Amino acid sequence: MTPGRRHLEPLKEWLIERFIWLCGVSAIFFVFAIFIFVFREGADYFFSGFKAGEFFTSIEWYPTSRTHVRYGALALITGTFSVSFLAMFLAVPFGLGAAVFISEFCPPRLKEGLKIVIELLAAIPSVVWGFIGLTIMNSLIVRLFNAPIGLNMFNGAIILALMSVPIIVSIGEDALKAVPDSYREAAVALGCTRWQMIFRVLLPAARNGLLAAVMLGIGRAVGETMAVLMATGHSIRIPHGVLEPVRTLTATIAAELGEAPVHSDHYQVLFIIGILLFTITFVINITADFIVRGIGRK
Amino acid sequence: MMKMKGPFSLLPLLLALLLAAGCLRGRQPGQQGAGQKQVIQNSGSDTMVNLAQAWAEEYVRIKPAVSVEVSGGGSGTGIASLINGTADIANCSREMTFAERERARQNTGKDPVEHLVGYDALAIFVNLQNPLHEITLEDLAEIYGERGRIERWSDLGVQPPDGKRDKIIIISRQSNSGTYEYFREAVLGKTRDFRLGTIDMHGSKDVVELVARTPGAIGYSGMGYATDRVRMLRIARKHGETAYAPTVPNTQKGIYPVARPLFMYTLGEPEGELRDYLEWIHSPEGQDLVVRSGYVSLSRTGSHAPAQGEEHQP
Repeated sequence: MTPGRRHLEPLKEWLIERFIWLCGVSAIFFVFAIFIFVFREGADYFFSGFKAGEFFTSIEWYPTSRTHVRYGALALITGTFSVSFLAMFLAVPFGLGAAVFISEFCPPRLKEGLKIVIELLAAIPSVVWGFIGLTIMNSLIVRLFNAPIGLNMFNGAIILALMSVPIIVSIGEDALKAVPDSYREAAVALGCTRWQMIFRVLLPAARNGLLAAVMLGIGRAVGETMAVLMATGHSIRIPHGVLEPVRTLTATIAAELGEAPVHSDHYQVLFIIGILLFTITFVINITADFIVRGIGRK
Repeated sequence: MMKMKGPFSLLPLLLALLLAAGCLRGRQPGQQGAGQKQVIQNSGSDTMVNLAQAWAEEYVRIKPAVSVEVSGGGSGTGIASLINGTADIANCSREMTFAERERARQNTGKDPVEHLVGYDALAIFVNLQNPLHEITLEDLAEIYGERGRIERWSDLGVQPPDGKRDKIIIISRQSNSGTYEYFREAVLGKTRDFRLGTIDMHGSKDVVELVARTPGAIGYSGMGYATDRVRMLRIARKHGETAYAPTVPNTQKGIYPVARPLFMYTLGEPEGELRDYLEWIHSPEGQDLVVRSGYVSLSRTGSHAPAQGEEHQP
């Protein structure tokens, strides 16, 4: 290194620091900018004609009716929650189980292979998942469960579960790996079996990371659009069973925003749905944060 | 690190400059070209906008000197622009009304001339296992309409298609599709809405595909989307009237109930480039695009095959 370069070192350091600071702060900026933009698009209607009572309690979603336009989103809200909940019911045990297996039980060579395959699973685009739901899962569900129609909540939930499992597995596995080996050694030294070690020592020690894994999985399930649009049947109703078609908030935006005239009521209501989705994810994240802190304080 | 910083910080600026240069250069010939190029303004029906766009794009390839500019807005909008002179051709998925003709004559002194360019025909599809072969428009309205009375196949007097489940699985389209609009108008009437709980598919092909996979389903799509894995129902207007199969001749004769002619209107007999364009639309090439857009062509010479084997039936 030449001496001329050396006196540039502090400047370089400063620039890099500023740059990293900017990267960090930009996240806050972008989140707020997006929120403000989404809110502004829907604000006019939100403050003038918006009927919150109808929106939250009626299932009648008739945005293009000629005689009686109604914007009841209850069925869409129910759809989003039911599909996401069922997806998590399938994905969380499966994902965490896989994470524990890969981190604790797996022989090293298989481990490498599994990790590659799981990462590959995470790289499949959602429209491809949707296509799988539309074709393969559709006929499979009709045949196996004798369902009247293959495009339903169960189909959507399986697709969503398959999409969120890779996230849960890779983040969960990282969390387990981050638990120091000394914990494991201490547990074994105290005479724990492998299962006791995992349940009593590893899972409590890695709970924050595991919770983060689950939360990211839920985030993916709630926010996913294309796959659920194709796999759930896109039908406005309150489902009475897992084999009934549903329609989600995200799929409604995707299906209708393209053709809704800009700044019409319909357009603005779709942005209000966007605000609702934003709020849902926000609440989920905040709750997760509180849970993590609550656990941490104990 | 420092060395790299210089050129990299210049990069966005460079890109911006390039982009700006590109924009400037791109705009100039366009502006000059507008003077030389013959522009045909084409506006109207939203149903026909994709078809009109397909024609316009193909025509530019054949005749680069002519450019066709297509806009939607609805049949009424198209006729209004024809009358006030902002459009050369109005696309119309209905016949011009008497009042509109009068207004055109008064405002422009010319008679609007009608050119039939194709048909929009919807077929009602059921699964091959379904014993049903024909249906009336009244029953369709009760199946699809809000608070409709028909929810089961037995209400129509047929056995459930898969032997046990009686409930009709009603397949429809997402609420912003032109097909949805036309079905609502033709079957449910001007004011009635669709029933809630229909399965809303995102494309015409998807509807047919889902009906093929689902024994208890009924769905509608353009006639051009039919496959041999589904059955198209014959349709009567009312109980006791003759049901007609969705065939090209039945559509052309105007006896198939869920079909409408697609028109283009000009002021007076078209001349010059306008006449050439309309002639090209009526040529086999132009009509082929009608079929490819999912509509029914005028002639039977096209590669049309929605009504295989049923062509001679009523």
